[in-house]
Amino acid sequence: MALLQISEPGLSAAPHQHRLAVGIDLGTTNSLVATVRNGISVVLNDEDGVALLPSVVRYQTDGAVQVGIAAQVVQSEDPQNTIVSVKRFMGRGLKDVGEVIDLPYRFVDPASTGSGQALGMVQLRTVAGVKSPVEISAEILKVLRDRAERSLGGDLVGAVITVPAYFDDAQRQATKDAAKLAGLNVLRLLNEPTAAAIAYGLDNASEGVYAVYDLGGGTFDISILRLSKGVFEVLATNGDSALGGDDFDQRIYCWVLEKAQLSQLGAHDTRLLLTHARAAKEQLTEHAQTQITALLSNGELVDVTLTRDAFYDMTQNLLTRTLQPTRRALRDAKLNVDEVKGVVMVGGSTRMPQVQRAVTELFNQTPLTNLDPDKVVALGAAIQANVLAGNRSADDWLLLDVIPLSLGIETMGGLTEKIIPRNTTIPSARAQEFTTYKDGQTAMSIHVVQGERELVVDCRSLAKFELRGIPAMVAGSARIRVTYQVDADGLLSVSAREMTSGVESVVTIKPSYGLSEGDITRMLQDGNQHARDDMQARALREQQTEAGQLLEAVENALQQDGAALLDDASQAHIRSSMDALRDVLNGNDHLAIKRAVEALNQATVIFAQARMDRSVSHALKGHNMSELEN
Amino acid sequence: MDVERASRSDGFFLMKSLDFQQDFFQLFELPPRFAIDSAALDQRYRDLQSQVHPDKFSHLSESEQRLSMQWSTRINEGYQTLRSPLVRGRYLLSLQGVDTQEETNTSMPLDFLMQQMEWREALQAALEAKNMDALDVLSDNNRKETKLLQQQLGVQLDDAHDTVAAAGSVRKLRFLEKLAEEISSAYDELDS
Repeated sequence: MALLQISEPGLSAAPHQHRLAVGIDLGTTNSLVATVRNGISVVLNDEDGVALLPSVVRYQTDGAVQVGIAAQVVQSEDPQNTIVSVKRFMGRGLKDVGEVIDLPYRFVDPASTGSGQALGMVQLRTVAGVKSPVEISAEILKVLRDRAERSLGGDLVGAVITVPAYFDDAQRQATKDAAKLAGLNVLRLLNEPTAAAIAYGLDNASEGVYAVYDLGGGTFDISILRLSKGVFEVLATNGDSALGGDDFDQRIYCWVLEKAQLSQLGAHDTRLLLTHARAAKEQLTEHAQTQITALLSNGELVDVTLTRDAFYDMTQNLLTRTLQPTRRALRDAKLNVDEVKGVVMVGGSTRMPQVQRAVTELFNQTPLTNLDPDKVVALGAAIQANVLAGNRSADDWLLLDVIPLSLGIETMGGLTEKIIPRNTTIPSARAQEFTTYKDGQTAMSIHVVQGERELVVDCRSLAKFELRGIPAMVAGSARIRVTYQVDADGLLSVSAREMTSGVESVVTIKPSYGLSEGDITRMLQDGNQHARDDMQARALREQQTEAGQLLEAVENALQQDGAALLDDASQAHIRSSMDALRDVLNGNDHLAIKRAVEALNQATVIFAQARMDRSVSHALKGHNMSELEN
Repeated sequence: MDVERASRSDGFFLMKSLDFQQDFFQLFELPPRFAIDSAALDQRYRDLQSQVHPDKFSHLSESEQRLSMQWSTRINEGYQTLRSPLVRGRYLLSLQGVDTQEETNTSMPLDFLMQQMEWREALQAALEAKNMDALDVLSDNNRKETKLLQQQLGVQLDDAHDTVAAAGSVRKLRFLEKLAEEISSAYDELDS
């Protein structure tokens, strides 16, 4: 006979439920999903037992979408509708996408579409219509979400999505939008090298300064971290968000063109040779030379031999482009190479022997490679996701990350004034005052930029907005306070306020290259009716999940601290908001649930503050007693 | 500890409304002096962030997440302020109502200005000659001079309580910091 369970007073009677959360490495070449199972981070395989999902998406005439291997094997046959390395286009305009002539896509200049969608971000024309990189990335994420939900047997509470540390605000926002589009609740955007450090650090219980050298398919990051007593503190980060294994393929491709004296190739042949170039690169990791043999569409046979030495020569300057940011990061961290205790290698491209040799030479030590460089980022992201989802973790650690690029504002003469410098620990806020330039000026245009250069034109433009209604005054007497806030995802919001009159303008930065809420809603609705029904069901389920979590959180908080921190009336107010939410929770109206969730959130503002106050004073008290006695 | 109540209707931005009552020395429980126990500062910083960092609140309600970001931001700001000798000195003076006038007060002792000009010329020369060794020497000299000025600033603030002299030292340190930034960009330039 089963015994009746009686819970301890003050604890919820419901058994602690493990919340399903995953870490996703949305890579240029491959993507992965991992989760923490029985306390251990594991990569989730597909039905065929394969972990790596090639980041390849193919659009077909009937509207069907293929993702992964299925798309990859036909990339040469259907190059224009099969998108490879879409990550390189995230948050990027047409002019940012280098060497587009060598890519077999039909790019759409976003300025000319006039549809207002994803203004500025490059788009691709496919048989299924014009697609933005955000939509294409969302297809990859959907496959991983489905894989995770099938494998874990339930809905996900949320996901940590990794991004290159050197991604700017526009690229980060695009990634977050893609995750939303795929129906994922983003717990956090996590920098890839930091994720790798978590996987390594927790595994090896390391202490000291570590460098993470992360050369992926299309991005390069270097992060310098200090690990001590459960704190992962990023000291500096640098990189190149348009440099990776793809560029090594490109070098081989160009070399083949030259060697075989080929000129203008069609999309099919371009993709064919790029695929061979990648295979050759991988061959040269094990072999001193390799043969590249390909039959072009005009019947011409390409047959050339590539030696390792020739490959090293043609890619030497790509390596140099990774070493410069590495030295910069060390200088920013105010460290010498001999102070670095270990170097962690991340990303499939670090398998290339010349990369390993260059890193060994720079740091005077053999880099660590004991975790699979393809999987370490996803493994670390899963560990973080598990903690963020609220599952208990044996090791309680703290992660302190930084912004990779300075955030600034345009001032007179097209100059950049830095407001938050690079490598500032996030979350972070800075305010600066500006003034008017002309007598009687009543509006001010605020141009938000990111980058290290002096001139605005050399930095990335994130957003422009106007502060209007400034009272007419003599030039130089208005005081406009502009505040930048960067959250824990590394995303920026900006507010501006005229201090003498209180006129205010607040903008959550949606970068010029980003999508508006409306765009996302439209994309979500763009599918067929079936997809739409799906969407609504998902929206409802998500609202219900969120509402359930909120109710649980508030209930626990009330049981712990309600009596101590709130008077009866306030408790009753919260209780009645909870009841209102419970009333609509199991209905079909997701908007009603959303409204009730918002109302409950509002009702708990003061309570939350009181709890936070106590949390902070508690942290202080721990150290205070001995000092008070003196 | 008292947090000002965020606006209920649009309690989104901490920066417009939050007026934290405590100064950073109080927040970190350190005496308001230039000389600082940096190990204690580091430890307190980690303890505080361990309590309030957004990663600890991501599964809780929106209000708690918002507050967590505000507190975490505030603690980062405080840590950065107290950790840097220049910013700490400037902050101590501002607590005493002294404006360091770094943008407006350009009257510097002649010998200091002369030395600055020399160093800037040396920086230009090193850049043109692509001479990393010369940059190393310059960087080293600047670091030593900075250290010396920081010691002076400590005496002026903690012992002599001479805010006028201290403000002068802060202005000088700002010069040296700018030079250090330029040396750093010069390294980047020679390295590319």
